[in-house]
Amino acid sequence: MKLLVCIKQVPDMESRFKVNESGDWFSEADLAYRMNEYDEYAVEQAVQLREQLGDSAELTVLSIGPDRVVEAIKKALAMGCDRGAHIQDPAVHKKDPWQVASIIAEYARDKKYDLIFTGMQSQDRGSAQIGVTVAELLGYASATTLVNFEYADGTVKGKRELEGGIKSVVRMKLPALVTCQLGLNVPRYPTLPNIMKAKKKEIEAVPVGNVLKEDSLSASNSFYPPVKSGGGVVLEGDVADLVDKLVGILKEKNFVAK
Amino acid sequence: MKALLIAEYRDGKLLENIYELIAFAGKIGADTATVLVGDAANVPRCSGTLYLADVAKYSEYNPELHKQLILAAVSKENPDYIVFSHSSYGWDLAPRVAASLKIAQVSEVVKVIDGNFEVGCCNAKMRRIVKPSTAKSVVTLQAGAFSMEGEPQGTPTVVALDVAGGGNVEFLGYEPAEAKDVDLGKAEIIVSAGRGVGKKDNIPVIAALAKALGGELGASRPVVDAGWVEHSHQVGTTGQTVSPKLYVACGISGAIQHLAGMKKSDFIIAINKDKDAPIGEVADVLVVADVMQLAPALTEKLRK
Ligand SMILES: Cc1cc2nc3c(=O)[nH]c(=O)nc-3n(C[C@H](O)[C@H](O)[C@H](O)COP(=O)(O)OP(=O)(O)OC[C@H]3O[C@@H](n4cnc5c(N)ncnc54)[C@H](O)[C@@H]3O)c2cc1C
Ligand SMILES: Nc1ncnc2c1ncn2[C@@H]1O[C@H](COP(=O)(O)O)[C@@H](O)[C@H]1O
Repeated sequence: MKLLVCIKQVPDMESRFKVNESGDWFSEADLAYRMNEYDEYAVEQAVQLREQLGDSAELTVLSIGPDRVVEAIKKALAMGCDRGAHIQDPAVHKKDPWQVASIIAEYARDKKYDLIFTGMQSQDRGSAQIGVTVAELLGYASATTLVNFEYADGTVKGKRELEGGIKSVVRMKLPALVTCQLGLNVPRYPTLPNIMKAKKKEIEAVPVGNVLKEDSLSASNSFYPPVKSGGGVVLEGDVADLVDKLVGILKEKNFVAK
Repeated sequence: MKALLIAEYRDGKLLENIYELIAFAGKIGADTATVLVGDAANVPRCSGTLYLADVAKYSEYNPELHKQLILAAVSKENPDYIVFSHSSYGWDLAPRVAASLKIAQVSEVVKVIDGNFEVGCCNAKMRRIVKPSTAKSVVTLQAGAFSMEGEPQGTPTVVALDVAGGGNVEFLGYEPAEAKDVDLGKAEIIVSAGRGVGKKDNIPVIAALAKALGGELGASRPVVDAGWVEHSHQVGTTGQTVSPKLYVACGISGAIQHLAGMKKSDFIIAINKDKDAPIGEVADVLVVADVMQLAPALTEKLRK
């Protein structure tokens, strides 16, 4: 059985974002990168299935982006993926979700994966489109926002998380694609031996030009912080002072006795 | 201009978020038609045509068939926009419709600025304007971003909608949310722990602050997913919706799914080391500090 997991490398969300020179995305300077949080759950689930299936299965991890994304691919290999595919694209941020999905579908089409895992959304773009669009382009069944995943005999059974914590139980036959939600599993930390083993695993490099066949369907030329709407106060400084000020506010608002 | 609105129906009921879609259509000055896979006894108050497909036949979740139904309505109405809520129903279905028509999709619109769509990015810390380049486009709207001014009005002209075919995802039923052992909805004061608290061992520090204030302990989702706090304490879209007199967010960034569960609180204090954290948007007081230093000091002072 052939498995694929798609991962994105994103900046640490606690970073301070600065606008780049062309004004359409963040400046890459001074940012620390990591694997998109949702994709960690996707990798873990794919690796668990790979382990369940044993040697009859092969799991590829794919990421589109500049050279730095190889770090994220290596992490996924150390978590247990068998091989990597790096679609080299220094300007992936200029592509719309349709193009990113088309690139993945183009790469995947002749490889006939049985099951594809993606995150439900990326933390930086958050379009929540790419997984389902890949499935549509490949003609696969798909379901989003899984918080539970089981596989047996060519059938995926999953639980989709709905608003209010209700779950919807769904079932589909392969080939299929699932998008993974936070809390689906507990992503493992790569161990040192596995990090060493991962160094020997193959990472195929594919120039994006080989797999980009589509024009974009939407465009974005702006990136800016939200206009501050709330008139809240910001308190900064020494902890003892902050505590005094907070107690003052709590008393004034009658949350604690004066 | 025409907008085709996609209503939602769950567990035998029409969902109220259709009125957010109607509000959005009003904002962009579009006439509307609506699609609902539901039943005739539960139609929204709205104008225009309502394409009604029978839920008994098409199920509450059958993305392939629901897509075909929407495509059938699209060919009748020729809309400029096909509008969904950015909900578990919308984000699942919208890309299927967009891909079938090979048209742009703009996800989770928060605002309309001069006819363009503003969306959030980087965990809501930043914004972008996204412009469709195709004549028609699909948009999904952030929950709560648009609301109607007055009461919804009107009676739609109901037209039955039918398509042939099966589906490739089988819906086996719902599983209820986990039972709650605390009803945060009744709490007057809630102090919530987020990932910024750092580790499970630090939760008692936040619980102690909650106790010192006479309130309940709440939590953001990652804290619950990691098993630091039980699910019944989770605040947000997939947890509980609360509106206490005082909400203290400790090490919580303020993602939309968390805000949706607590932004109606009367008074909000956020403790966060990041001055730019989006929780600042809704906080009455944002304390820029390390919560593991501030919370114990505050608890101690309150105990005195
Ligand atoms: C469909 C869906 C449903 C969801 N439902 C929910 C839901 O019901 N509830 C929910 O909460 N989330 C929900 N989420 C997840 C949500 O998108 C966010 O991922 C989550 O709310 C983030 O939690 P957090 O703020 O605790 O963590 P982070 O986003 O990681 O934020 C941690 C914050 O702590 C601050 N911090 C770090 N260290 C310190 C320190 N020492 N002192 C002070 N501050 C510090 C950081 O600056 C940061 O702002 C949902 C997501 C999806 C896609
Ligand atoms: N550059 C990329 N490379 C590989 N996979 C990606 C990339 N961007 C997005 N994805 C996948 O698509 C999912 C949804 O992303 P998005 O539609 O941007 O919210 C992510 O969780 C990833 O699994």
